[in-house]
Amino acid sequence: MKKIINEPDHVVDEMLNGLAFAYDSLVTRIPETTVIARKVEKSNKVGLVSGGGSGHEPSHAGFVGKGMLSAAVAGQVFTSPTPDQVLEGIKAADEGAGVFLVIKNYTGDVMNFDMAKELAELEDIDVEFVIVDDDIAVEDSTFTAGRRGVAGTVFMHKILGAAADSGASLSEIKELADKVNEQLFSIGLALSPATNPEVGKPGFELEDQEIEFGIGIHGEPGYRRETLQPSKELAKEFVTQLKKEMNWSEGDRYAALVNGMGATPLMEQFVFMNDVKKLLVDDEKLDLAFRKVGDYMTAIDMAGVSLTLLKIEDDQWLDYLNAPVDVIGW
Amino acid sequence: MVDVKKVQSWLTLFGEKVTENKEHLNQLDTAIGDGDHGSNLTRGAAAVKEKLDGQSYDELTDLFKDVGMVLVSKVGGASGPLYGSAFISMAKEAKNDADLSQLITAGLDGIVKRGNAKTGEKTMVDMWSPVIDSIKDGSLSDESIDEILQKTKDMKASKGRASYLGDRSIGHIDPGAQSSAYLFQALIEAGVINE
Ligand SMILES: Nc1ncnc2c1ncn2[C@@H]1O[C@H](COP(=O)(O)OP(=O)(O)OP(=O)(O)O)[C@@H](O)[C@H]1O
Ligand SMILES: [Mg+2]
Repeated sequence: MKKIINEPDHVVDEMLNGLAFAYDSLVTRIPETTVIARKVEKSNKVGLVSGGGSGHEPSHAGFVGKGMLSAAVAGQVFTSPTPDQVLEGIKAADEGAGVFLVIKNYTGDVMNFDMAKELAELEDIDVEFVIVDDDIAVEDSTFTAGRRGVAGTVFMHKILGAAADSGASLSEIKELADKVNEQLFSIGLALSPATNPEVGKPGFELEDQEIEFGIGIHGEPGYRRETLQPSKELAKEFVTQLKKEMNWSEGDRYAALVNGMGATPLMEQFVFMNDVKKLLVDDEKLDLAFRKVGDYMTAIDMAGVSLTLLKIEDDQWLDYLNAPVDVIGW
Repeated sequence: MVDVKKVQSWLTLFGEKVTENKEHLNQLDTAIGDGDHGSNLTRGAAAVKEKLDGQSYDELTDLFKDVGMVLVSKVGGASGPLYGSAFISMAKEAKNDADLSQLITAGLDGIVKRGNAKTGEKTMVDMWSPVIDSIKDGSLSDESIDEILQKTKDMKASKGRASYLGDRSIGHIDPGAQSSAYLFQALIEAGVINE
């Protein structure tokens, strides 16, 4: 393992301090917690809280600020934060109009956030939540823990953050979140595995020229291994899988996110977006009305990309995506 | 009556076993999960040790509650809320002068309430549930625990991270069942079982 760290189990603490120092005009670390909260005046709007294991930077602290998250709660690397920490995040986010939680669908996250919700309700804070499950690589059945929450979560943060900022109520945000989640689909691939600093070695192995489709953001296994192919072939596999799921028609409007997994250069991500454009815009004749490329939901130092598509069901969703924000990572 | 002192040494011993076997638990979790089960529980064990060292309890319920709360707030992941809920549920049951099998049954109820797993889904439930039967008929031993543990190998996971693997989860021991096996081995070693 070759990493710029000190003690492996101090990584999260030191990372949060570094982040809070570097961006102290935007955010602050709540003392004695792993919560990064925004520095804005409270104005009786719905608070928006997300979080999860660390290692997905800029998720989630990088999306804390005006127009997006009120607070983000960091767990240990790849491990869900504990209920007491999530409760601190909820309290920091509370402006008196309730708090909405964006949870990625992992057993640990769901259980810890659910316990935190119970604790918050004991303190008379209204809490609602959405469990984002956009990863189509996982079969959605009673035989699995369900689809995982991956890069699409960032679109969720942006849309709900803009809605909250414009004064939407807790129940309106809940309704919006459920609708967005239904239209949100992602799929990823890995060229090489991530190394969790606390573990010290890669989470799985891939041969030199081997890639894996459907990999999760903690290195959860995907659905197929293959020899590496040109970017356009990789994009074609993604588009084929997404089309099966989404059944689009010509002219449908979408938001697209090409997301880097941590160790894939932007150069390659832009090449990949160019292929996505050819397939979705030129061939499939979709209207990609909103586009983003970059590292949004990483998996430490995994090399790979994911593609997220959100079907824009309502013009307002586009406005929310385009609304200005003051955060580190958007 | 279950002896508070023995329970305290049971839980201390559990922490030691988990800590000694951190790498093994991580390895099991690397095969079918995300490789952190040993790290998660070791973090919890250190916090439990800090809480219990030099402390003496009169009431079982207080001991279980402290352990449960520490685990919930230190472990994270899936196993934090699960083990935490187990001990908090045992704390409640301990108020009713419960015997050992009633206590462990309450622990299992806590786990099931939190995680909704049934037996056969390749989770720690597949350790707790048969162990309760063994405690009831007086047959709990290191061998029976190991036998129960090995049975999780053939199971296909349908809960937790391992469920993403589907059929490929078959052939591996469930990490949570392994950590719970340490829990019940510690139970025997601490002499709680002979009450
Ligand atoms: N729904 C469930 N019910 C009972 N036990 C479960 C359930 N889900 C997972 N487990 C147990 O938890 C163990 C994994 O615990 P671990 O601490 O590694 O959590 P994790 O899933 O990695 O958490 P995180 O998602 O935050 O990383 C499994 O081996 C299994 O025994
Ligand atoms: Mg794990």
